Amino acid sequence: MAPDVYYSLVVVACGILVSASCSLLGPFLVLRRMSLVGDAISHAILPGIALGFILTHSRQSLAMTLGAAAAGLVTVWLIELLLKSRRVSEDTSVALVFPMLFALGVLLMERFARYVDLDPECVIYGDIEFAPFDQWSLGGLALGPRPLWILAGVTLFNLLLVVLLYKELKLTTFDPALGDALGFHSGWMHYILMTAVALTCVAAFESVGAILVVAFLIVPAATAYLITDRLSRLLAWSVGFGVLAAVGGYGLAREELLDCSVAGGMATMAGLIFAGVWMAAPRQGLLAQLRRRLS
Amino acid sequence: MASSATLAPLTAAPPAIEVHDLTVAYHTQPVLWDVDVAMPPGKLIAIVGPNGAGKSTLLKAILGLVPLTTGWVRIDDQALAARRQTLAYIPQRTSVDWDFPTSALDVVLMGTYGRLGWFRRPGQRERDLACRCLEQMGIADLAQRQISQLSGGQQQRVFLARALAQEARTYLMDEPFAGVDATTERTIVELLRQLRDQGRTVVAVHHDLQTVPEYFDWVVLLNLRLVAAGPVEEVFNTENLHSTYGGQLKILSQAAAALLAKQQGLVS
Repeated sequence: MAPDVYYSLVVVACGILVSASCSLLGPFLVLRRMSLVGDAISHAILPGIALGFILTHSRQSLAMTLGAAAAGLVTVWLIELLLKSRRVSEDTSVALVFPMLFALGVLLMERFARYVDLDPECVIYGDIEFAPFDQWSLGGLALGPRPLWILAGVTLFNLLLVVLLYKELKLTTFDPALGDALGFHSGWMHYILMTAVALTCVAAFESVGAILVVAFLIVPAATAYLITDRLSRLLAWSVGFGVLAAVGGYGLAREELLDCSVAGGMATMAGLIFAGVWMAAPRQGLLAQLRRRLS
Repeated sequence: MASSATLAPLTAAPPAIEVHDLTVAYHTQPVLWDVDVAMPPGKLIAIVGPNGAGKSTLLKAILGLVPLTTGWVRIDDQALAARRQTLAYIPQRTSVDWDFPTSALDVVLMGTYGRLGWFRRPGQRERDLACRCLEQMGIADLAQRQISQLSGGQQQRVFLARALAQEARTYLMDEPFAGVDATTERTIVELLRQLRDQGRTVVAVHHDLQTVPEYFDWVVLLNLRLVAAGPVEEVFNTENLHSTYGGQLKILSQAAAALLAKQQGLVS
């Protein structure tokens, strides 16, 4: 295989897996009105990543992943703690928690990890372009690009979660009180979902950075919400739009076109798809409304 | 325990719901204070009281949805954990997002989730049951309708159909008559009577004092503390209502009119 074709394939495959893993969870965040909590988690995992990195001096360690997932859960827990105090509103508690944790992560990195290859820029924008060069080998056996394996693992995990716990996620999202009354522990489901979001953010973070993760979590789900009124189809459309954004975004970011960051191209494409569907959706779309008004 | 049970005389069945010394507080503010009540099985029971009296909280405490500061709750003389699947809960209609992407049938199917337990999906048996429940509420034709496309009364019927699908012994309803049309109100009353006639218990938070004597057999008067509880004809009187509502004269006069009507036999 020609090197440039291999390179493109790996980058696009990583983009597709980031999109798929995020857009499987996104619908539940959107329906639980937690879109900004997704954003908060994607930022607030930074101190966990930094701590894991400082402890092990490796970008590929389990410690980093666990640290990040723990930081994600701390975020959710802190937001709820502030909310339960009833002194601040929900949006304010989100806005209080995540910049503080993100800033803590930046400080940790600047102070303790300055001379290594974990710089703030790739934390913010990601470096999906370098995924093909991050080869993984186990005992001399070349396994291919490491990010690809990690993202595939997370996508599989999220797929299993959504398929196995579909009924439980649906019930506790729609009517958490009934979920509790029937013995399904809405609180557990909340933390299971948040753990999955945190793990997904950790995996996606390396590829697309902290800022753009939320575009992959929320935009495809919000787009799918415009065109369907069944949860199962919402999930399928969400993944479909996510994958489309990844492929289209790679095309958009090519040298011949915009020659920009690949992650940026993918997030932009997700936004363009949303805008297109928002205008053209069969029933609730802008064009359909105009047509109804004129006729 | 077992030996004493065999020695006990074969008197009335244990209370459907027994609440003992129950106090619930949000932060340091008590919303229920030292409530003691034993609700008999096979009755239609109304919980009435002014706004903020703790009516919804009492339902939630019975269901284990809020932490109890003190006291305990027993269902059919057993712990809640053992009887969870015998309780059906109908929350206030406004407590959920009706824009949720799902159909009426899907919502009713949720009533079967408790019996299915973790991981198992509803199958044909559950779908048939859900259809029958929709039929019983007179909205079988709306099964595939997206739930935001339903009227308030239809949404309430979907909630009741979901409770029916739970095949419970005891139904706990939070304001089942709130914001429904007259036809739906009649359908709901009819359903409640059917449930009672099958020996089931219904406990409903109710706002309209006028209809208490007509719709219910038993009443719990609540205002932070328990004011009175018992058969409607015994405890639903002006004195108890006065203790429950204080000086809210309009409400009291409505209740007095209803009582008078009942005494004169205008209401069955």
